[in-house]
Amino acid sequence: MHKYILKRLLMLIPVLIGVTFIIFTLSYITPGCPATMTLGETAPAEAIEALRQEWGLDDPFIIRFVRYVADAARLNLGETYATRRPVMEEILTRFPATLQLAVMGLFISVLLGIPLGVISATKQYSLFDNLATIFGLIFVSIPNFWLGMMLVVFFSVNLGWLPPSGFETPAQWILPAFTLGTGQMAVVMRMSRSSMLEVIRQDYIRTARAKGQKESVVVWNHALRNALIPVVTAVGLTFGFLLGGAVLTETIFSINGIGRFMVQSINSRDNPVINGGVLFLALSFSVVNLGVDILYAYLDPRIKSQYK
Amino acid sequence: MTESNNMLEIKGLTIHYVTDDGVVRAVNDLNIAIGRGESIGLVGETGAGKTTTALGILKLVPNPPGKIIDGEIFLDGEDIIKKSEPEMRKIRGNKVSMIFQDPMTSLNPVMTVRDQIAEVILLHEKMPAAKALEKAEEMLMKVGIMPDRAKDYPHQFSGGMRQRVVIAIALACSPELLIADEPTTALDVTIQAQVLELMKNLKEEFNTSMIMITHDLGIVAEICDKVAVMYAGSVVEYADKLELFKNPKHPYTIGLFNSIPDIGNDVESLKPIKGLMPDPMNLPTGCPFHPRCDKAKPECSEKIPAGYDIGNNHIVKCILFNQ
Repeated sequence: MHKYILKRLLMLIPVLIGVTFIIFTLSYITPGCPATMTLGETAPAEAIEALRQEWGLDDPFIIRFVRYVADAARLNLGETYATRRPVMEEILTRFPATLQLAVMGLFISVLLGIPLGVISATKQYSLFDNLATIFGLIFVSIPNFWLGMMLVVFFSVNLGWLPPSGFETPAQWILPAFTLGTGQMAVVMRMSRSSMLEVIRQDYIRTARAKGQKESVVVWNHALRNALIPVVTAVGLTFGFLLGGAVLTETIFSINGIGRFMVQSINSRDNPVINGGVLFLALSFSVVNLGVDILYAYLDPRIKSQYK
Repeated sequence: MTESNNMLEIKGLTIHYVTDDGVVRAVNDLNIAIGRGESIGLVGETGAGKTTTALGILKLVPNPPGKIIDGEIFLDGEDIIKKSEPEMRKIRGNKVSMIFQDPMTSLNPVMTVRDQIAEVILLHEKMPAAKALEKAEEMLMKVGIMPDRAKDYPHQFSGGMRQRVVIAIALACSPELLIADEPTTALDVTIQAQVLELMKNLKEEFNTSMIMITHDLGIVAEICDKVAVMYAGSVVEYADKLELFKNPKHPYTIGLFNSIPDIGNDVESLKPIKGLMPDPMNLPTGCPFHPRCDKAKPECSEKIPAGYDIGNNHIVKCILFNQ
């Protein structure tokens, strides 16, 4: 198991270099000069040229790429064009908010989605199941930004219960977390339901019942653990995406997170931030994936025995 | 025979599966009695309702779509049809336990075999968890699995070993009645013999009554005292093993015996029963076997025959024996 984890961590290196190469190439071939955009069209040509020199924009592609990778390996992602502060620092100051939002959204989706899905499955085609299906469909279909705005209108503007923006106090956490969590909750719920439906018909569930085990233990212990694998996969994928920042949610609630930062930087062609952000996103995605794979091993001994 | 003498007595059991396409009449007016320590073979083709009958005894027929429509099941003189779910839970795995057909799928893949055995012990016997784990290991020893494998998971065992684990689970609480649903069908022949031998010995050790569900008359000959032949959801012939093997009466039973290859008897070809088992959603009127029966008379299609006792406690459900 330890060897497996080590192997997976080593595999991160080529993955990250590959990701860097792609994103670096993309920002290299997109037209427009970052120095001009930073200083403005009317800036003197010498100043622009000086800035191009400083940022090494005139060097050949391969040299710039190797330099970037070598710097990144030392945790130096360069400076932003806009503020001249280290990209790493800019990302790290925004990451806690994004992480917190992602974790809270995840909690809502898992803590509500799995139980609702399990109950739906055990009472297939009942009123509860049908209602859960309908609401699930609604929550999946509602666009995040619309839900967020409606929540703000209702709870902040009309009722005045919760603050409409910011992310510092617990009261400010509720609306963004809920906005982000509901859509995911519906996905987790549907996934849990279908997975449970499959497991609940297995012979070993009948065996558990034939032992005289209570139905609640049969469902929540015997069946759920076997049904969790696909759910964990979905939850892991979602979490990975959320770590890259929930752009819309962060924008609506003016949360200073990675997603919003990335979009701003893309708009202003702040290449170091784009490169660094994508690299950071790839890293967090890979780490979450590894976490999911490790979790598999604890859920299912058959998978554990394959990890070598 | 009175009820109190019998471990189990089933009277007029009828189980239907209600589906969108129609009603599947899986078990129809089934009657069986099993004495203490006795083993009975429930023989019949696939789809004859054997497994549904077994699940009915544990009240584990999947509902929906299955439903026990009618009948009484006396276990130790008490009608379990009337029992509540909590009362049934005390019976399952304790007084009555079941060995399932496919050992590859009958064990929970994410629990160690020891935990799966200990689970049933903890449910029915008051003892600390550590003691239950110990007893689980003893049970593993009894079925011939070394305790050093106790913490292994089902996927680390072969089919025969897994069936031993299933047997250990079934016998862990010394049940008075053991229902074995084709316990050897999924196993290799050599392993079959071992498992059967094991079951025979354990049955004697625990003095358990047994219902052996099988389509293999060889297993019946090996293990059972009595035989009930099932066809289309009801018992068409019931007798002591020797009586039935020497003197089969029901045309279906005779057909079954004729379908078995016999090395001592050189025949040109086997005599299979013509036709197919009827669709339980659409059973023929009268005797369900009459469309395939050589000796069918016109009245066979009109009335379901009663069970006629032809002596020696040999019961045949066929109007040919109505005297």
